[in-house]
Amino acid sequence: MTTPRTDGRAQVLAQIRQSLGRSGPAPAPITPLPGSGPCPGFEGDVVERFVAKMLEKSATLERLGSLAEVGAAVARFIAAVPAPPRVRVSGALAGIDWPPGLQVLHGAARREDHTSVTPCFAAVAESGGIVTLSGPDTPSTLNFVPDNHLVVVRASQVLPHFEDLWARLRASGRPMPRTVNIISGPSRTADIEQTIQLGAHGPRRLHILLITD
Amino acid sequence: MHAPTGTFPQRVAIAIHDQRLQAALNHASGGFVHKRAAQVAALPEFEALRERARAVKEHVLAHLDGYLERYEAEVIRQGGQVHWAADAEQAQQIILGICRQANAKTITKGKSMVSEEIGLNAVLEAEGYRVVETDLGEYIIQLAKEPPSHIIVPAVHKTKAQVGDLFDEHHRPLGYTRHLTEVGEMVNEAREVLREHYFKADVGITGGNFLIAETGSSIIVTNEGNGDLTQTLARVHIVTSGIERVVPTLDDALTFLRLLARSATGQETETYTTVSTGPRRTDDLDGPQEYHVVLVDNGRSKMLGGPFREMLRCIRCGACLNHCPVYTSIGGHAYGWVYPGPMGSVLTPLINGIDQAYDLPNACTLNGRCQSVCPVKIPLPGLLREIRRQQFSTGLTPGVTRLALQVWAWVAQRAPIYHALMRLGIPLLHRLGRRRGHLSWLPMAAGWTDTRDLPAPQGGTFQQAWKARQGAQR
Repeated sequence: MTTPRTDGRAQVLAQIRQSLGRSGPAPAPITPLPGSGPCPGFEGDVVERFVAKMLEKSATLERLGSLAEVGAAVARFIAAVPAPPRVRVSGALAGIDWPPGLQVLHGAARREDHTSVTPCFAAVAESGGIVTLSGPDTPSTLNFVPDNHLVVVRASQVLPHFEDLWARLRASGRPMPRTVNIISGPSRTADIEQTIQLGAHGPRRLHILLITD
Repeated sequence: MHAPTGTFPQRVAIAIHDQRLQAALNHASGGFVHKRAAQVAALPEFEALRERARAVKEHVLAHLDGYLERYEAEVIRQGGQVHWAADAEQAQQIILGICRQANAKTITKGKSMVSEEIGLNAVLEAEGYRVVETDLGEYIIQLAKEPPSHIIVPAVHKTKAQVGDLFDEHHRPLGYTRHLTEVGEMVNEAREVLREHYFKADVGITGGNFLIAETGSSIIVTNEGNGDLTQTLARVHIVTSGIERVVPTLDDALTFLRLLARSATGQETETYTTVSTGPRRTDDLDGPQEYHVVLVDNGRSKMLGGPFREMLRCIRCGACLNHCPVYTSIGGHAYGWVYPGPMGSVLTPLINGIDQAYDLPNACTLNGRCQSVCPVKIPLPGLLREIRRQQFSTGLTPGVTRLALQVWAWVAQRAPIYHALMRLGIPLLHRLGRRRGHLSWLPMAAGWTDTRDLPAPQGGTFQQAWKARQGAQR
């Protein structure tokens, strides 16, 4: 298996260089293209823009005064759906007080999970999106396997643009995570007669708990 | 798979008389065009984004070897593996090798046009693997044993009644006995059936919309979340991507992401944008143990050197299909291969050989809508004309057409003869069509007049009118 791989590599690079009129690698390091892509402008409050864009994309949202209110809000959400009183919670939210009667599990998502609760790394106002990074406390299956995905977003985490997201990731000093998920609503499909249907493969509901402290 | 059979004209004739297909095409194309237009109108920066996207792609193409090597080094640094495939067969063998080594039985797949291009499913199935497409549209056409008819919405040609029948046939053995008539029920049933496969899969194969040189990451965008379940739940994740998909930085990727959803489905953004970098980390609780990238050349590096380099800017959004009067009349299967519409009419002869698919570049009306909506400004009509020119110069153009074109060229380059013939011909056509105002039959042009009428010329020739106008202005 090693041989064809090497052959393919040499073959592809040689043909690229021949097409570019060179016989070997470029003599000088590549000078990056100057400038940057335009960033869509918008006016008004960044958090309100985020809220409006997420609602536009079929997410639901509840505003909370503090992290202490998350437990009760999750219980209310589950009662309203209704879903079984069992939640798979990201380890990063371990400090929250959960109401009695709600079974709280940690770890990666399992097939039988109906509801997950996760934090986010950031949120983006531009076109609406919550951003999660994979890690030991934030397995990415929590974002995709359960029917209901609840995300805790602090208002201070909302960034104007996606460029700000990359800047925050670099500034955080952490290495590039295995997965960065940008999520802009519940799972959807329009593959049958362009009829939009929520809950294709991922969550049927994306519920945001926005903490405005 | 039932590959499209017959010649292009035969397939077109079938498509035009297929009422279900015509209904499906009418329903779909208008929606995409209007939704895209609304998104473009809402984003004043759209034109500047197109221009920047064009420039970034040209920059990458001019340094493609360097960016691919940089990308490869970063993938390896992150614990992933990079495989280079010069052609479709090499790509198939590499992927088969990975599946064998993983001792795989079930393989799930997110949507990947490159995997269609290299005919991957047939090869994997021939080796005894259970291959399951997980994008709903791809799943439907996999059940129907058909190729995609659109690069974004592969089952756009299927009505919900047809999908209901397919699900009856294929889901009944699994215990789903109810006949479904509503889209919501169908999506739910497919969701349940495919869940089984995600959790059973040994290998998950996805495409790669963008490869990021600075971080060694691959990006996929989906609305369904199927790509994420595919790549997160399988033990081994394989990314298949064309070599032209590399971009320098994460910031550069944003330019393309802002264009892609708006151009493709007329959405502001897709639901899921996922940046993947390497396999599961030591303390991760989920994610694949192996992360492979298969870089597929398959004719792309050759395109880089000639008049078709600009085609390598393509980000596979499908806007050119949705805006093409030919595609929206005949659908994707008539084109005969996996890439239809304007982009397919360029790519098919370039990848499969210029002596293949003679009709495709010639079926274009050169109306230019595709170029005007292309997010990376590919001059598609110009490229199609260039293929026609090469067909002519390599003797692929049929004798009658060659002769006619040669006669035309000879006349058109000799102004006195041209004018004399026009002064003779125009009044003749005028007289012939005077009664009805149009001509429904012309000698040697039955192919044209069989399906439409030629408006009869009124008055003199263009040259005469021009001369009169110039005279009047003086």
